[in-house]
Amino acid sequence: MARLTLREAITDALREEMQRDDNVFIMGEEVADWGGTYAVTKGFLEEFGPRRVRDTPISEMVIAGAATGAAMAGLRPVAEFMTINFAFVAFDAIINHAAKVSYMFNGQFDCPVVFRAPGGGGKQLGATHSHTPDVIFAHFPGLKVVCPATPYDAKGLLKAAIRDNGPVLFIEAVPLYTSPKVRDEVPEGDYTVPIGVSDVKREGSDVTIITYGEGLHISLDAARQLEREGIEAEVVDLRTLQPLDMSVPLASFKKTFKAVVVEFGHQTYGIGAEIVARLQEEAFDYLDAPIKRVAQNDVPAPYSGLLEKAALPDADKVVAAVKEIL
Amino acid sequence: MEKETLLDWYRQMVLIRRFEERSDELYQLEGKIKGFLHLYIGQEAIAVGTIAARRPQDHLITAYRDHGHALAAGLEAKYVLAELMGKATGVTGGRGGSMHLASRDRHFWGGYGIVGAHLSLGVGLALAEKYRESEFAAICYFGDGATNIGYFHESLNMAGVWQLPILFVCENNKYGMGTAVDKASANPIISDKARAYCIPAKRIDGNNILEVYDETSAALAKIRAGEGPQFLEMMTYRYEGHSIGDRTRYRPEGELHQWRDEKDPIATLQKHLLTQMGISETELMAIQQDVEREMDEAVRFSNESPLPELDTLYNYIYPEA
Ligand SMILES: Cc1ncc(C[n+]2csc(CCOP(=O)(O)OP(=O)(O)O)c2C)c(N)n1
Ligand SMILES: [Mg+2]
Repeated sequence: MARLTLREAITDALREEMQRDDNVFIMGEEVADWGGTYAVTKGFLEEFGPRRVRDTPISEMVIAGAATGAAMAGLRPVAEFMTINFAFVAFDAIINHAAKVSYMFNGQFDCPVVFRAPGGGGKQLGATHSHTPDVIFAHFPGLKVVCPATPYDAKGLLKAAIRDNGPVLFIEAVPLYTSPKVRDEVPEGDYTVPIGVSDVKREGSDVTIITYGEGLHISLDAARQLEREGIEAEVVDLRTLQPLDMSVPLASFKKTFKAVVVEFGHQTYGIGAEIVARLQEEAFDYLDAPIKRVAQNDVPAPYSGLLEKAALPDADKVVAAVKEIL
Repeated sequence: MEKETLLDWYRQMVLIRRFEERSDELYQLEGKIKGFLHLYIGQEAIAVGTIAARRPQDHLITAYRDHGHALAAGLEAKYVLAELMGKATGVTGGRGGSMHLASRDRHFWGGYGIVGAHLSLGVGLALAEKYRESEFAAICYFGDGATNIGYFHESLNMAGVWQLPILFVCENNKYGMGTAVDKASANPIISDKARAYCIPAKRIDGNNILEVYDETSAALAKIRAGEGPQFLEMMTYRYEGHSIGDRTRYRPEGELHQWRDEKDPIATLQKHLLTQMGISETELMAIQQDVEREMDEAVRFSNESPLPELDTLYNYIYPEA
C-alpha cells in the first residue's frame, strides 16, 4: 500500500496495463515527448517506446476514430484527449462510431477503446476550457462513462476500462489530480473496480448526498460540517454515469428519505435531473422532502476567479441545500 | 488475366447490378425496403476490381453505398437482401440496414453513414496492422463529396505521418448528393488533395475493371513493401439517384446516357470478353441466368425470413465480456 494522488494512481494503472498486455497502447497529443499535458504519461516513452506511446497531430476526430478502428481490429488503445473540452470536436467519432459499432453490426465487433479525458473547471481557463460535460456523453447507450473520485477507484476502474470490450470514456477531474486531500491508500498490485457499481463513501442516517467526481470531495466536506451540527449525511459516489447503478442511491434514500444531488456540470438537464426522476419514480413513497440539486450555475465559465467560483458548487452550498430540506 | 477470373468478375458485377435493380423494385413497387437505399449501379467495377486484388486478411471499410462492396467481399446476396428488408437473417440481424452491412469473417468492417467518418476508422484498422508488424493493409472507400470534410484531411494526414498501410479509394462519381465536384471542392482534382499530404496518388478509370485491378494490385504491393499509404481516385458515375426519391434534376441533359452508352463497366468487360477472350454470348447469357436464379432465391429467402424477435432489442448495446 502506498498513499497516492489521483494522478499517480492513474499513471500506475496505465503502466501496469501496458506491462501486462502488448495490445494496450497510448495515443494522443503530447503524450510521448512531452510526457502528457498533465504529466500522466511521464516516462512512458522511455519505458515503452514510440510504437506504444504515440504522439498524434492535433486531430481529435481522427484520434478518436483511429483509436476506435484499432480497437475493432483487436488492439486496446487508450486515446487521450488533452482535455475533455476538445472531445467536442470528436463527438461524432465517439458517439456515432465507438458507441454504435457493437449494436449496429449485431455484436460482430468489439470496441475495447478507452478515451481518457481530463475535465473540470475552477482553474480560470475561461469559457471554452472549463467544462464538466459528463452528462452529454452519458446520454447515449453504448458508451460507458466512468468518473472516479478517489485514487483507489481510479486505478481499479481504469484497469477495468482497459479490459472492457466496449468503449469507455474515462473522465478525470483535473482539480483532484494532485490534491493532497484526495490522497488515498492504493494497493501496489493488480485489482479492478467494476464499472457500473455505485459506492457508499460515508455512512449516515439523516440525508443522502448523491454525487461523483469532484462532487464527492465537497460533499464529504459538507458531511463533516453537518456532523458538527449533529446531522449525519450518507454520501453515495456514483463512480459510473453510464450504465447508471441506482441500487445504492435508492437503498440509501429509502433509509434517509431525503436527498441532495451534487455535480459540477450545469444544472439544467444535468445528472441531478436524472437522479431526481429515478428517485421519485422508484421510491415515491419514501419522499419526505423536495430533492435538491447543487450544480454549476447555468452560465458559461467566466475567467475572473471570484466570478468563476461563484458559479461552481462548494461545500457551503451543499450544507445549505441539506439544511433546506431537514 | 485468366478467363475464369474474368468470368467470375463479370458474374460479380452482374450480380451487384441485378441485386440493386431488384432492391429498387422491392423498395418502390413492393414497399418491402424502407429508409435510405443508396444504389451502386454504374460503379460495380470498383468494388469488384479492388476486392479481387486484396488478400482475404486485408481490411475493407466503406460508406453507406455499400451493397456492392459487401457482395464483392463475399457476403451472400440472400443475407444482404434480408438485411435490407430488416429481417433477423440479415447480415446484421436487421440492426444495421442498407447502410451498415458488415462481416467480421470477410474482414468487411462495414458501411458507415456519416460522410467521411469511417476514414478515421480505416486509419485505425491500418494502425492495428502496422502495430502488429503484419503485411496486411486496409482499403478504405469513400466518395468525392467526403473529401471536403475534416475527417478526410485528418485521416490522410495521420496516415501520412505514421506511414500506415492503407489504400484510400475515392470513388469519384461526379456528385455528392446533388452537388457537383467542382461546386464543392476548391480543387476539383481529388487526387491532388492526397498529394498535399505526400501520399502517392493516381486518377484512373474506375469503369474499367482491368485497370482498377491492376492499379489496386500495384498500390497494395507498394503498401506491403513499406511505402506507406496510397491513394487512387477512380472516375465513375452513379446511374441512379443519390438515394430512392432523388430524381437527379441537377444533372445536365444527356450525361447519364453518355456514361451508360459509352463507359458502362459491365458492357466494357463484356466487350473485352467477347472480342479478346473468345467468350460466346451464350456463355454470358448462362451467367446472367445463374445470377437471376440466385436473386430469385435471395428474394424468396428474404421474404420468408422472420423479423427480429422483440426481446433482442437490447442485445449488444455493449459487447459481450
Ligand atoms: C457528416 C454528414 N453530412 C451530411 C450527410 C448527408 N449526406 C449523405 S451522403 C452525402 C453525399 C456524399 O457524397 P459522396 O461522398 O460523393 O458519396 P456518394 O453518395 O456520391 O457515393 C451527404 C451530403 C451525411 N451523411 N454526413
Ligand atoms: Mg459522389
